[in-house]
Amino acid sequence: MNLSVRSLRNAAAGLLLVAAMALAAACRGDGDSPSPTSTTAAPTAASAAARLDGELTVFAAASLTAAFKDVGAAFEDANSGVDVTFNFAGSPALRTQVEEGAPADVLALADNKNMQAALDKKLVAQAWRTFARNRLVIAVPSANPGEISAPVDLANGGLKLVLAQEDVPVGNYARESLGNMEADATFGAGFRDRVLANVVSNEPNVKAVVTKVQLGEADAGIVYATDITGDLKGTVTAIPIPDEFNVVATYPVSVVSDAKEPEIAAAFIDFLLSAAGQAILEEHGFTGAE
Amino acid sequence: MSAGAVSRRGRARVVGLGWALGPPALLGVLFLGLPIAALAWRAGRTGALAEHATSAFVLDALRLSAITSTFTLLIAVIVGTPLAYLLARYRFPGKWLIDVLIDLPIVLPPTVAGVALLVTLGRRGIVGEQLDAAGIDIAFTTTAVVLAQTFVAAPFYIRTAKAGFESVDPSHERLAWTLGASPLRAFREVTLPLAWPSLLAGGILCWARALSELGATLIFAGSFQGRTQTMPLAIVGAFESGKSVEVPIALSVILVCAAAAMLVLLRLVTGGVSRDAHV
Repeated sequence: MNLSVRSLRNAAAGLLLVAAMALAAACRGDGDSPSPTSTTAAPTAASAAARLDGELTVFAAASLTAAFKDVGAAFEDANSGVDVTFNFAGSPALRTQVEEGAPADVLALADNKNMQAALDKKLVAQAWRTFARNRLVIAVPSANPGEISAPVDLANGGLKLVLAQEDVPVGNYARESLGNMEADATFGAGFRDRVLANVVSNEPNVKAVVTKVQLGEADAGIVYATDITGDLKGTVTAIPIPDEFNVVATYPVSVVSDAKEPEIAAAFIDFLLSAAGQAILEEHGFTGAE
Repeated sequence: MSAGAVSRRGRARVVGLGWALGPPALLGVLFLGLPIAALAWRAGRTGALAEHATSAFVLDALRLSAITSTFTLLIAVIVGTPLAYLLARYRFPGKWLIDVLIDLPIVLPPTVAGVALLVTLGRRGIVGEQLDAAGIDIAFTTTAVVLAQTFVAAPFYIRTAKAGFESVDPSHERLAWTLGASPLRAFREVTLPLAWPSLLAGGILCWARALSELGATLIFAGSFQGRTQTMPLAIVGAFESGKSVEVPIALSVILVCAAAAMLVLLRLVTGGVSRDAHV
Protein backbone atom coordinates (compact mmCIF):
# COMPACT_ATOMS: atom_id res chain seq x y z
CA MET A 1 0.00 0.00 0.00
CA ASN A 2 2.81 2.27 0.97
CA LEU A 3 4.29 1.28 -2.36
CA SER A 4 1.24 1.96 -4.47
CA VAL A 5 0.47 5.36 -2.95
CA ARG A 6 4.05 6.55 -3.18
CA SER A 7 4.75 5.21 -6.62
CA LEU A 8 1.45 6.62 -7.89
CA ARG A 9 2.37 10.03 -6.54
CA ASN A 10 5.81 9.79 -8.14
CA ALA A 11 4.32 8.62 -11.40
CA ALA A 12 1.77 11.44 -11.39
CA ALA A 13 4.47 14.03 -10.85
CA GLY A 14 6.57 12.52 -13.60
CA LEU A 15 3.68 12.41 -16.06
CA LEU A 16 2.78 16.01 -15.31
CA LEU A 17 6.33 17.08 -16.03
CA VAL A 18 6.44 15.14 -19.28
CA ALA A 19 3.08 16.56 -20.35
CA ALA A 20 4.21 20.11 -19.62
CA MET A 21 7.40 19.70 -21.61
CA ALA A 22 5.64 18.06 -24.53
CA LEU A 23 2.98 20.78 -24.48
CA ALA A 24 5.67 23.45 -24.64
CA ALA A 25 7.24 21.68 -27.61
CA ALA A 26 3.87 21.30 -29.30
CA CYS A 27 3.03 24.98 -28.84
CA ARG A 28 6.27 25.91 -30.53
CA GLY A 29 5.31 23.63 -33.40
CA ASP A 30 1.80 25.11 -33.62
CA GLY A 31 3.22 28.55 -34.24
CA ASP A 32 4.50 27.23 -37.53
CA SER A 33 1.39 27.84 -39.62
CA PRO A 34 2.08 27.34 -43.31
CA SER A 35 3.40 30.56 -44.71
CA PRO A 36 1.41 32.06 -47.54
CA THR A 37 4.39 34.15 -48.61
CA SER A 38 6.05 33.32 -51.86
CA THR A 39 8.97 31.01 -51.30
CA THR A 40 11.07 32.32 -54.13
CA ALA A 41 14.00 34.33 -52.92
CA ALA A 42 13.67 38.07 -53.08
CA PRO A 43 16.16 39.83 -55.37
CA THR A 44 19.39 40.52 -53.52
CA ALA A 45 19.23 44.26 -54.07
CA ALA A 46 15.71 44.51 -52.66
CA SER A 47 16.46 42.39 -49.61
CA ALA A 48 19.58 44.39 -48.94
CA ALA A 49 17.61 47.62 -49.14
CA ALA A 50 14.70 46.47 -46.99
CA ARG A 51 15.35 46.24 -43.28
CA LEU A 52 15.09 42.59 -42.26
CA ASP A 53 13.12 41.88 -39.13
CA GLY A 54 12.31 38.53 -37.59
CA GLU A 55 13.51 35.20 -36.32
CA LEU A 56 15.45 32.93 -38.65
CA THR A 57 15.70 29.19 -37.95
CA VAL A 58 18.65 27.43 -39.55
CA PHE A 59 18.91 23.63 -39.64
CA ALA A 60 22.57 22.82 -40.20
CA ALA A 61 24.80 19.72 -40.31
CA ALA A 62 26.60 18.96 -37.05
CA SER A 63 30.01 19.62 -38.62
CA LEU A 64 28.97 23.25 -39.19
CA THR A 65 28.29 23.90 -35.49
CA ALA A 66 31.23 26.16 -34.62
CA ALA A 67 31.44 27.93 -37.99
CA PHE A 68 27.71 28.65 -38.22
CA LYS A 69 27.56 30.08 -34.72
CA ASP A 70 30.09 32.68 -35.89
CA VAL A 71 28.33 33.20 -39.22
CA GLY A 72 25.03 33.64 -37.35
CA ALA A 73 26.54 36.21 -34.99
CA ALA A 74 28.02 38.17 -37.92
CA PHE A 75 24.70 38.03 -39.78
CA GLU A 76 22.88 39.33 -36.70
CA ASP A 77 25.42 42.14 -36.41
CA ALA A 78 24.76 43.12 -40.03
CA ASN A 79 20.97 42.88 -39.54
CA SER A 80 20.03 44.21 -36.11
CA GLY A 81 16.38 43.15 -36.46
CA VAL A 82 17.21 39.51 -37.06
CA ASP A 83 17.52 36.76 -34.49
CA VAL A 84 19.14 33.53 -35.71
CA THR A 85 18.50 30.19 -34.00
CA PHE A 86 20.22 26.97 -35.00
CA ASN A 87 19.40 23.30 -34.88
CA PHE A 88 22.50 21.18 -35.43
CA ALA A 89 22.25 17.44 -36.14
CA GLY A 90 23.28 14.81 -38.68
CA SER A 91 22.14 15.67 -42.21
CA PRO A 92 19.69 12.77 -42.66
CA ALA A 93 18.08 13.54 -39.30
CA LEU A 94 17.65 17.19 -40.28
CA ARG A 95 16.04 16.17 -43.56
CA THR A 96 13.67 13.83 -41.71
CA GLN A 97 12.79 16.57 -39.23
CA VAL A 98 11.92 19.01 -42.03
CA GLU A 99 9.98 16.25 -43.79
CA GLU A 100 7.91 15.76 -40.64
CA GLY A 101 7.15 19.47 -40.46
CA ALA A 102 9.80 20.93 -38.17
CA PRO A 103 9.91 24.73 -38.51
CA ALA A 104 13.05 25.57 -40.50
CA ASP A 105 13.87 28.44 -42.84
CA VAL A 106 17.31 27.37 -44.06
CA LEU A 107 18.60 23.85 -44.60
CA ALA A 108 22.41 23.44 -44.77
CA LEU A 109 23.64 19.84 -45.17
CA ALA A 110 26.94 18.01 -45.45
CA ASP A 111 26.27 16.19 -48.70
CA ASN A 112 24.39 16.62 -51.98
CA LYS A 113 22.74 13.21 -51.62
CA ASN A 114 20.57 14.31 -48.71
CA MET A 115 19.86 17.69 -50.34
CA GLN A 116 18.79 15.96 -53.56
CA ALA A 117 16.43 13.79 -51.50
CA ALA A 118 15.05 16.96 -49.87
CA LEU A 119 14.59 18.56 -53.29
CA ASP A 120 12.88 15.43 -54.65
CA LYS A 121 10.34 15.69 -51.86
CA LYS A 122 9.97 19.43 -52.48
CA LEU A 123 11.15 20.20 -48.94
CA VAL A 124 13.42 22.94 -50.26
CA ALA A 125 12.29 25.70 -52.53
CA GLN A 126 14.94 25.83 -55.21
CA ALA A 127 18.17 24.38 -56.51
CA TRP A 128 20.78 24.44 -53.76
CA ARG A 129 24.01 26.39 -53.72
CA THR A 130 27.34 24.97 -52.58
CA PHE A 131 28.80 27.21 -49.91
CA ALA A 132 31.73 25.20 -48.50
CA ARG A 133 33.90 22.17 -48.91
CA ASN A 134 35.59 19.95 -46.34
CA ARG A 135 38.07 17.10 -46.15
CA LEU A 136 38.57 14.05 -43.98
CA VAL A 137 41.29 13.47 -41.40
CA ILE A 138 42.04 10.68 -38.94
CA ALA A 139 41.52 11.90 -35.39
CA VAL A 140 43.54 10.21 -32.64
CA PRO A 141 43.90 11.00 -28.94
CA SER A 142 47.07 13.04 -28.49
CA ALA A 143 48.59 10.23 -26.40
CA ASN A 144 48.00 8.07 -29.51
CA PRO A 145 47.45 4.71 -27.74
CA GLY A 146 46.88 2.98 -31.09
CA GLU A 147 50.25 4.23 -32.41
CA ILE A 148 48.78 5.52 -35.63
CA SER A 149 50.99 7.57 -37.91
CA ALA A 150 49.40 7.00 -41.32
CA PRO A 151 46.09 5.72 -42.78
CA VAL A 152 47.58 2.26 -43.33
CA ASP A 153 47.76 1.79 -39.54
CA LEU A 154 43.96 1.80 -39.33
CA ALA A 155 44.01 -1.90 -40.22
CA ASN A 156 46.25 -2.84 -37.27
CA GLY A 157 44.77 -5.66 -35.24
CA GLY A 158 43.04 -4.77 -31.96
CA LEU A 159 42.62 -1.11 -32.85
CA LYS A 160 39.47 0.60 -31.56
CA LEU A 161 38.06 2.62 -34.41
CA VAL A 162 34.94 4.77 -34.20
CA LEU A 163 33.13 5.96 -37.31
CA ALA A 164 29.93 7.85 -37.98
CA GLN A 165 27.24 5.39 -38.99
CA GLU A 166 26.49 4.65 -42.63
CA ASP A 167 24.17 7.14 -44.33
CA VAL A 168 25.42 9.99 -42.19
CA PRO A 169 27.51 11.97 -44.73
CA VAL A 170 30.84 11.69 -42.90
CA GLY A 171 30.21 7.97 -42.36
CA ASN A 172 29.70 7.49 -46.08
CA TYR A 173 32.69 9.67 -46.96
CA ALA A 174 34.92 7.71 -44.54
CA ARG A 175 33.93 4.37 -46.07
CA GLU A 176 34.42 5.83 -49.55
CA SER A 177 37.90 7.02 -48.58
CA LEU A 178 38.79 3.55 -47.22
CA GLY A 179 37.66 2.15 -50.57
CA ASN A 180 39.99 4.60 -52.35
CA MET A 181 42.87 3.33 -50.21
CA GLU A 182 42.05 -0.31 -50.93
CA ALA A 183 42.27 0.40 -54.66
CA ASP A 184 45.91 1.36 -54.10
CA ALA A 185 48.41 -1.49 -54.15
CA THR A 186 50.33 -0.28 -51.07
CA PHE A 187 47.26 -0.84 -48.86
CA GLY A 188 46.44 -4.24 -50.30
CA ALA A 189 43.25 -6.11 -51.06
CA GLY A 190 40.74 -6.40 -48.23
CA PHE A 191 42.10 -3.25 -46.54
CA ARG A 192 38.65 -1.68 -46.20
CA ASP A 193 37.20 -4.81 -44.55
CA ARG A 194 40.16 -5.14 -42.21
CA VAL A 195 39.66 -1.53 -41.10
CA LEU A 196 35.89 -1.98 -40.72
CA ALA A 197 36.55 -5.05 -38.54
CA ASN A 198 38.20 -2.65 -36.07
CA VAL A 199 35.06 -0.51 -35.74
CA VAL A 200 33.72 -0.65 -32.17
CA SER A 201 30.96 1.92 -32.61
CA ASN A 202 28.94 3.57 -35.37
CA GLU A 203 27.99 6.94 -33.93
CA PRO A 204 24.90 8.89 -34.99
CA ASN A 205 26.87 12.02 -35.91
CA VAL A 206 30.39 13.32 -36.36
CA LYS A 207 30.57 15.22 -33.06
CA ALA A 208 29.94 11.97 -31.16
CA VAL A 209 32.92 10.44 -32.99
CA VAL A 210 35.14 13.35 -31.96
CA THR A 211 33.99 13.03 -28.33
CA LYS A 212 34.83 9.31 -28.19
CA VAL A 213 38.34 10.09 -29.49
CA GLN A 214 38.74 13.07 -27.18
CA LEU A 215 37.84 10.92 -24.17
CA GLY A 216 40.50 8.43 -25.23
CA GLU A 217 37.93 5.62 -25.46
CA ALA A 218 38.61 5.20 -29.17
CA ASP A 219 42.10 4.84 -30.66
CA ALA A 220 41.01 6.61 -33.83
CA GLY A 221 38.06 8.09 -35.70
CA ILE A 222 37.56 9.47 -39.19
CA VAL A 223 36.14 12.99 -39.05
CA TYR A 224 36.20 16.26 -40.98
CA ALA A 225 39.35 18.39 -40.86
CA THR A 226 37.15 21.17 -39.43
CA ASP A 227 36.15 19.03 -36.44
CA ILE A 228 39.61 19.31 -34.91
CA THR A 229 38.90 22.81 -33.60
CA GLY A 230 41.08 25.00 -31.42
CA ASP A 231 39.40 23.69 -28.24
CA LEU A 232 40.66 20.20 -29.04
CA LYS A 233 44.29 21.07 -29.61
CA GLY A 234 46.26 19.15 -27.03
CA THR A 235 43.70 16.36 -26.61
CA VAL A 236 43.10 15.32 -30.22
CA THR A 237 45.62 15.12 -33.04
CA ALA A 238 44.71 15.10 -36.72
CA ILE A 239 46.55 12.71 -39.02
CA PRO A 240 46.11 13.77 -42.65
CA ILE A 241 44.67 11.53 -45.34
CA PRO A 242 46.56 12.14 -48.61
CA ASP A 243 44.63 13.90 -51.38
CA GLU A 244 44.51 10.87 -53.67
CA PHE A 245 42.51 8.90 -51.09
CA ASN A 246 40.61 11.75 -49.52
CA VAL A 247 37.01 12.63 -50.29
CA VAL A 248 35.90 16.22 -50.76
CA ALA A 249 32.69 16.89 -48.86
CA THR A 250 30.48 19.55 -50.40
CA TYR A 251 27.98 21.54 -48.34
CA PRO A 252 24.73 22.55 -50.08
CA VAL A 253 22.32 25.14 -48.68
CA SER A 254 18.77 26.05 -49.66
CA VAL A 255 15.65 27.86 -48.48
CA VAL A 256 13.05 25.51 -46.97
CA SER A 257 9.75 25.42 -48.93
CA ASP A 258 7.62 26.12 -45.85
CA ALA A 259 9.96 28.81 -44.54
CA LYS A 260 8.24 31.43 -42.41
CA GLU A 261 10.98 33.93 -43.25
CA PRO A 262 11.98 33.22 -46.87
CA GLU A 263 13.44 36.69 -47.34
CA ILE A 264 15.71 36.49 -44.31
CA ALA A 265 16.60 32.94 -45.36
CA ALA A 266 17.67 34.15 -48.81
CA ALA A 267 19.65 36.98 -47.25
CA PHE A 268 21.37 34.51 -44.92
CA ILE A 269 22.41 32.34 -47.86
CA ASP A 270 23.69 35.41 -49.72
CA PHE A 271 25.69 36.34 -46.63
CA LEU A 272 27.08 32.80 -46.42
CA LEU A 273 28.37 33.14 -50.01
CA SER A 274 29.63 36.71 -49.56
CA ALA A 275 33.29 37.47 -48.91
CA ALA A 276 32.53 38.04 -45.23
CA GLY A 277 30.70 34.71 -44.84
CA GLN A 278 33.34 32.78 -46.77
CA ALA A 279 36.09 34.31 -44.63
CA ILE A 280 34.43 32.99 -41.46
CA LEU A 281 34.07 29.51 -42.96
CA GLU A 282 37.72 29.55 -44.01
CA GLU A 283 38.74 30.57 -40.48
CA HIS A 284 37.10 27.33 -39.34
CA GLY A 285 39.05 25.27 -41.86
CA PHE A 286 36.48 24.92 -44.65
CA THR A 287 37.56 25.54 -48.21
CA GLY A 288 35.56 28.00 -50.26
CA ALA A 289 32.50 27.54 -52.40
CA GLU A 290 34.37 27.65 -55.69
CA MET B 1 -8.39 1.00 6.16
CA SER B 2 -7.74 4.71 6.22
CA ALA B 3 -6.44 4.75 2.66
CA GLY B 4 -9.76 3.31 1.51
CA ALA B 5 -11.69 6.02 3.36
CA VAL B 6 -9.55 8.74 1.83
CA SER B 7 -10.03 7.44 -1.66
CA ARG B 8 -13.82 7.12 -1.13
CA ARG B 9 -14.00 10.74 0.05
CA GLY B 10 -11.89 11.70 -2.96
CA ARG B 11 -14.31 9.96 -5.28
CA ALA B 12 -17.27 11.79 -3.83
CA ARG B 13 -15.64 15.14 -4.56
CA VAL B 14 -14.81 14.06 -8.08
CA VAL B 15 -18.47 13.32 -8.83
CA GLY B 16 -19.47 16.84 -7.76
CA LEU B 17 -16.84 18.48 -9.94
CA GLY B 18 -17.30 16.13 -12.88
CA TRP B 19 -18.48 18.79 -15.33
CA ALA B 20 -15.39 20.93 -14.72
CA LEU B 21 -12.92 18.05 -14.75
CA GLY B 22 -14.15 16.50 -17.96
CA PRO B 23 -12.59 18.75 -20.62
CA PRO B 24 -9.05 18.98 -19.17
CA ALA B 25 -9.12 15.28 -18.36
CA LEU B 26 -10.16 14.48 -21.92
CA LEU B 27 -7.43 16.78 -23.25
CA GLY B 28 -4.88 15.00 -21.08
CA VAL B 29 -5.96 11.56 -22.27
CA LEU B 30 -5.94 12.69 -25.90
CA PHE B 31 -2.55 14.32 -25.54
CA LEU B 32 -0.99 11.17 -24.09
CA GLY B 33 -2.90 8.75 -26.26
CA LEU B 34 -2.70 10.45 -29.65
CA PRO B 35 1.07 10.08 -30.23
CA ILE B 36 0.84 6.36 -29.46
CA ALA B 37 -2.15 5.98 -31.74
CA ALA B 38 -0.36 7.98 -34.46
CA LEU B 39 2.63 5.63 -34.28
CA ALA B 40 0.38 2.62 -34.69
CA TRP B 41 -1.53 4.32 -37.50
CA ARG B 42 1.62 5.22 -39.43
CA ALA B 43 3.05 1.72 -38.99
CA GLY B 44 -0.24 0.19 -40.08
CA ARG B 45 -0.66 2.50 -43.08
CA THR B 46 2.56 1.46 -44.77
CA GLY B 47 1.99 -2.16 -43.83
CA ALA B 48 5.73 -2.71 -43.76
CA LEU B 49 5.83 -3.42 -40.02
CA ALA B 50 6.30 -7.17 -40.44
CA GLU B 51 9.00 -6.65 -43.06
CA HIS B 52 10.97 -4.23 -40.85
CA ALA B 53 10.38 -6.29 -37.71
CA THR B 54 12.09 -9.32 -39.21
CA SER B 55 15.13 -7.57 -40.69
CA ALA B 56 18.55 -8.51 -39.25
CA PHE B 57 18.97 -4.93 -38.01
CA VAL B 58 15.83 -5.17 -35.87
CA LEU B 59 16.25 -8.81 -34.82
CA ASP B 60 19.79 -8.15 -33.59
CA ALA B 61 18.58 -5.17 -31.58
CA LEU B 62 15.64 -7.15 -30.14
CA ARG B 63 17.85 -10.06 -29.15
CA LEU B 64 20.43 -7.76 -27.55
CA SER B 65 17.75 -5.82 -25.68
CA ALA B 66 16.20 -9.02 -24.36
CA ILE B 67 19.56 -10.39 -23.18
CA THR B 68 20.93 -7.20 -21.63
CA SER B 69 17.72 -6.22 -19.84
CA THR B 70 17.44 -9.73 -18.38
CA PHE B 71 21.01 -9.58 -17.07
CA THR B 72 20.30 -6.14 -15.66
CA LEU B 73 17.27 -7.52 -13.83
CA LEU B 74 19.30 -10.41 -12.45
CA ILE B 75 22.02 -8.08 -11.11
CA ALA B 76 19.42 -5.74 -9.64
CA VAL B 77 17.70 -8.62 -7.82
CA ILE B 78 20.90 -10.26 -6.55
CA VAL B 79 22.51 -7.05 -5.30
CA GLY B 80 19.38 -4.99 -4.73
CA THR B 81 17.34 -7.37 -2.58
CA PRO B 82 19.79 -7.48 0.38
CA LEU B 83 20.30 -3.73 0.07
CA ALA B 84 16.56 -3.04 0.03
CA TYR B 85 16.01 -5.29 3.06
CA LEU B 86 18.88 -3.63 4.91
CA LEU B 87 17.43 -0.18 4.27
CA ALA B 88 13.93 -1.29 5.25
CA ARG B 89 14.87 -2.98 8.52
CA TYR B 90 17.93 -1.32 10.02
CA ARG B 91 18.86 2.16 11.18
CA PHE B 92 22.45 3.23 10.90
CA PRO B 93 24.35 6.50 10.56
CA GLY B 94 24.52 7.78 6.99
CA LYS B 95 21.48 5.79 5.91
CA TRP B 96 19.84 8.88 4.44
CA LEU B 97 22.90 9.31 2.23
CA ILE B 98 22.42 5.85 0.74
CA ASP B 99 18.74 6.64 0.20
CA VAL B 100 19.67 9.77 -1.74
CA LEU B 101 22.31 7.87 -3.69
CA ILE B 102 19.76 5.29 -4.78
CA ASP B 103 17.29 7.97 -5.84
CA LEU B 104 19.89 9.92 -7.84
CA PRO B 105 19.98 7.77 -10.99
CA ILE B 106 16.18 8.04 -11.17
CA VAL B 107 16.23 11.83 -11.40
CA LEU B 108 19.50 12.28 -13.31
CA PRO B 109 19.51 12.52 -17.10
CA PRO B 110 20.80 9.14 -18.34
CA THR B 111 23.54 10.94 -20.30
CA VAL B 112 24.99 12.00 -16.94
CA ALA B 113 25.01 8.35 -15.94
CA GLY B 114 26.88 7.57 -19.17
CA VAL B 115 29.52 10.20 -18.53
CA ALA B 116 29.85 9.09 -14.88
CA LEU B 117 30.38 5.48 -15.95
CA LEU B 118 32.90 6.59 -18.54
CA VAL B 119 35.03 8.52 -16.05
CA THR B 120 34.84 5.50 -13.73
CA LEU B 121 35.18 2.49 -16.01
CA GLY B 122 36.39 4.07 -19.24
CA ARG B 123 39.98 3.57 -20.36
CA ARG B 124 41.00 6.74 -18.55
CA GLY B 125 38.55 6.25 -15.69
CA ILE B 126 39.61 5.90 -12.08
CA VAL B 127 38.90 2.15 -12.10
CA GLY B 128 39.06 1.62 -15.85
CA GLU B 129 42.69 2.62 -16.06
CA GLN B 130 43.66 -0.29 -13.79
CA LEU B 131 41.36 -2.65 -15.68
CA ASP B 132 42.87 -1.50 -18.97
CA ALA B 133 46.34 -2.22 -17.63
CA ALA B 134 45.12 -5.70 -16.71
CA GLY B 135 43.83 -6.16 -20.25
CA ILE B 136 40.13 -5.79 -19.40
CA ASP B 137 38.14 -3.52 -21.67
CA ILE B 138 34.59 -2.57 -20.78
CA ALA B 139 33.64 0.41 -22.96
CA PHE B 140 32.04 -0.57 -26.31
CA THR B 141 31.16 -4.07 -25.07
CA THR B 142 27.85 -5.75 -24.23
CA THR B 143 29.02 -5.67 -20.61
CA ALA B 144 29.03 -1.87 -20.85
CA VAL B 145 25.40 -1.98 -22.01
CA VAL B 146 24.42 -4.07 -18.98
CA LEU B 147 26.31 -1.78 -16.60
CA ALA B 148 24.69 1.33 -18.08
CA GLN B 149 21.24 -0.25 -17.79
CA THR B 150 21.91 -1.46 -14.24
CA PHE B 151 23.03 1.99 -13.10
CA VAL B 152 19.89 3.58 -14.46
CA ALA B 153 17.32 0.84 -13.81
CA ALA B 154 18.35 -0.96 -10.60
CA PRO B 155 17.20 1.92 -8.34
CA PHE B 156 13.61 1.29 -9.50
CA TYR B 157 13.83 -2.26 -8.15
CA ILE B 158 15.60 -1.29 -4.93
CA ARG B 159 13.08 1.50 -4.18
CA THR B 160 10.07 -0.70 -4.74
CA ALA B 161 11.55 -3.70 -2.93
CA LYS B 162 12.41 -1.50 0.07
CA ALA B 163 8.82 -0.25 0.25
CA GLY B 164 7.66 -3.85 0.04
CA PHE B 165 9.85 -4.96 2.95
CA GLU B 166 8.75 -1.94 4.98
CA SER B 167 5.11 -2.95 4.55
CA VAL B 168 5.82 -6.34 6.21
CA ASP B 169 5.33 -6.00 9.95
CA PRO B 170 8.62 -6.97 11.65
CA SER B 171 6.61 -8.68 14.40
CA HIS B 172 5.77 -11.43 11.90
CA GLU B 173 9.48 -12.11 11.53
CA ARG B 174 10.04 -11.99 15.28
CA LEU B 175 7.21 -14.45 15.77
CA ALA B 176 8.85 -16.83 13.31
CA TRP B 177 12.12 -16.48 15.20
CA THR B 178 10.47 -17.26 18.56
CA LEU B 179 8.96 -20.34 16.96
CA GLY B 180 12.51 -21.49 16.22
CA ALA B 181 12.98 -20.42 12.61
CA SER B 182 16.41 -19.15 11.67
CA PRO B 183 16.51 -15.52 10.43
CA LEU B 184 17.16 -16.80 6.92
CA ARG B 185 14.22 -19.18 7.08
CA ALA B 186 11.99 -16.47 8.54
CA PHE B 187 13.00 -14.20 5.65
CA ARG B 188 12.36 -16.90 3.08
CA GLU B 189 9.07 -18.20 4.45
CA VAL B 190 7.52 -15.11 6.05
CA THR B 191 8.97 -11.88 4.70
CA LEU B 192 9.55 -12.90 1.10
CA PRO B 193 5.99 -14.19 0.42
CA LEU B 194 4.48 -11.06 2.00
CA ALA B 195 6.76 -8.66 0.09
CA TRP B 196 6.57 -10.70 -3.10
CA PRO B 197 4.11 -8.49 -5.06
CA SER B 198 6.35 -5.47 -4.45
CA LEU B 199 9.48 -7.35 -5.49
CA LEU B 200 7.72 -8.47 -8.64
CA ALA B 201 6.49 -4.95 -9.38
CA GLY B 202 9.98 -3.55 -8.79
CA GLY B 203 11.45 -6.17 -11.08
CA ILE B 204 9.04 -5.28 -13.86
CA LEU B 205 9.74 -1.55 -13.47
CA CYS B 206 13.47 -2.21 -13.51
CA TRP B 207 13.23 -4.43 -16.58
CA ALA B 208 11.06 -1.91 -18.45
CA ARG B 209 13.46 0.93 -17.62
CA ALA B 210 16.43 -1.16 -18.75
CA LEU B 211 14.64 -1.93 -22.01
CA SER B 212 14.18 1.78 -22.77
CA GLU B 213 17.70 2.85 -21.74
CA LEU B 214 19.34 5.06 -24.36
CA GLY B 215 21.44 7.98 -23.12
CA ALA B 216 23.87 6.19 -20.84
CA THR B 217 24.31 3.32 -23.29
CA LEU B 218 25.07 5.58 -26.26
CA ILE B 219 27.79 7.38 -24.32
CA PHE B 220 29.32 4.47 -22.42
CA ALA B 221 28.83 1.55 -24.81
CA GLY B 222 28.58 3.19 -28.23
CA SER B 223 26.41 1.77 -30.96
CA PHE B 224 27.32 -1.41 -32.83
CA GLN B 225 24.82 -3.80 -34.36
CA GLY B 226 24.57 -7.08 -32.43
CA ARG B 227 27.04 -5.93 -29.75
CA THR B 228 25.83 -2.69 -28.17
CA GLN B 229 22.96 -1.51 -30.38
CA THR B 230 19.84 -2.17 -28.32
CA MET B 231 16.32 -1.26 -29.50
CA PRO B 232 16.40 2.41 -28.44
CA LEU B 233 19.83 2.86 -30.05
CA ALA B 234 18.58 1.18 -33.20
CA ILE B 235 15.71 3.69 -33.30
CA VAL B 236 18.15 6.59 -33.04
CA GLY B 237 20.39 4.98 -35.65
CA ALA B 238 17.51 4.40 -38.04
CA PHE B 239 16.30 7.97 -37.55
CA GLU B 240 19.75 9.42 -38.10
CA SER B 241 20.27 7.36 -41.25
CA GLY B 242 17.31 9.17 -42.81
CA LYS B 243 16.69 6.27 -45.20
CA SER B 244 13.05 6.07 -44.31
CA VAL B 245 11.20 7.29 -41.29
CA GLU B 246 9.15 4.08 -41.46
CA VAL B 247 11.98 1.98 -39.96
CA PRO B 248 12.21 3.96 -36.70
CA ILE B 249 8.41 3.99 -36.59
CA ALA B 250 8.27 0.20 -36.90
CA LEU B 251 10.93 -0.16 -34.18
CA SER B 252 9.04 2.27 -31.95
CA VAL B 253 5.80 0.33 -32.29
CA ILE B 254 7.56 -2.86 -31.23
CA LEU B 255 9.03 -1.10 -28.19
CA VAL B 256 5.67 0.48 -27.29
CA CYS B 257 4.05 -2.95 -27.38
CA ALA B 258 6.77 -4.42 -25.14
CA ALA B 259 6.52 -1.53 -22.67
CA ALA B 260 2.72 -1.65 -22.64
CA ALA B 261 2.80 -5.39 -21.97
CA MET B 262 5.10 -4.77 -18.99
CA LEU B 263 2.83 -2.08 -17.59
CA VAL B 264 -0.26 -4.23 -17.92
CA LEU B 265 1.63 -6.95 -16.08
CA LEU B 266 2.60 -4.38 -13.45
CA ARG B 267 -1.05 -3.38 -13.00
CA LEU B 268 -2.07 -6.99 -12.56
CA VAL B 269 0.61 -7.38 -9.90
CA THR B 270 0.08 -4.11 -8.00
CA GLY B 271 -3.68 -4.47 -8.43
CA GLY B 272 -3.26 -7.47 -6.16
CA VAL B 273 -1.33 -5.32 -3.70
CA SER B 274 -3.97 -2.60 -3.37
CA ARG B 275 -6.80 -5.15 -3.16
CA ASP B 276 -5.00 -6.71 -0.22
CA ALA B 277 -4.58 -3.28 1.36
CA HIS B 278 -8.27 -2.46 1.07
CA VAL B 279 -9.56 -5.72 2.52
